[in-house]
Amino acid sequence: MMRPARISSAQILVALQVLVALLAGAVFGLGLSLSGMLDPARVRGFLDVAGDWDPSLAFVLGGAVAVAFAAMVLRRHLQRPAFASAFHLPATTPIDKRLILGSAIFGLGWGLAGLCPGPALAALSLGLAPVMLFVAAMLAGMTLHDRLAARQPGGSR
Amino acid sequence: MTAYWPSLIGGMLIGLSASMLLLLNGRVAGISGILGRLAQGTQMLPNAAFVIGLMIGPPLYRLGSGAWPSVTITASLPVITIAGLLVGFGSRMGSGCTSGHGVVGLARLSPRSLAAVATFLATGVATVTLMRLVAP
Repeated sequence: MMRPARISSAQILVALQVLVALLAGAVFGLGLSLSGMLDPARVRGFLDVAGDWDPSLAFVLGGAVAVAFAAMVLRRHLQRPAFASAFHLPATTPIDKRLILGSAIFGLGWGLAGLCPGPALAALSLGLAPVMLFVAAMLAGMTLHDRLAARQPGGSR
Repeated sequence: MTAYWPSLIGGMLIGLSASMLLLLNGRVAGISGILGRLAQGTQMLPNAAFVIGLMIGPPLYRLGSGAWPSVTITASLPVITIAGLLVGFGSRMGSGCTSGHGVVGLARLSPRSLAAVATFLATGVATVTLMRLVAP
């Protein structure tokens, strides 16, 4: 006689989380494609305030923040997320040198290529060599940072 | 204004994605954070699923519109490499990028995220402006 396979509720929760993450990723990637933010030329056009300024990115950010803000308001009325035991939100820490210097370095790279992590990963599916090179360099930069930060006590979270 | 409808609706989809991840999974939709956790091997399955989903986005768009989204890259390969290194290093050092700080952080009214967004917008604008001066 076959013993019925027992699936724990923890396994069901992980499966649901994976499904949500896959769906959320696809919606994010579709949003990036529709908004034009996959195109480094459009992004650099937004940063080109002294030249031929393209305000598109302001509409993308405005639409995204407005919807996410509604979710933040809704969150206050929830004990916990639907498929996890707790909300994992970053702790409020002071504005420090690492935040500002890191963001400045990020902005420099963002301006140079017009690519940031989300659009770069989504654009991988177009199979363009420069995008693949960018993603490889980006992963190297992340690894380099984490190696360096790991040597400093209390370096990175 | 009509030219900006796709940008606004696309932005709202990004906001919807961040809302799903927060309200259902309890996680912040920060791409650099998701990549970081993936590299560290924590929460492997959901983070890998999100990245795969992200790559499904452009083919989904093609299914609906009949064309791939345009990706125009003007930067040379050495500049792309340097830019990638800076974006990766900077997003880890600053604990976030355009999604984590720009979308979720601003929606949370986090002063840290506001400072981060103001900083990367300022250096991004300065970089593009300087490059225009060097190579118009």
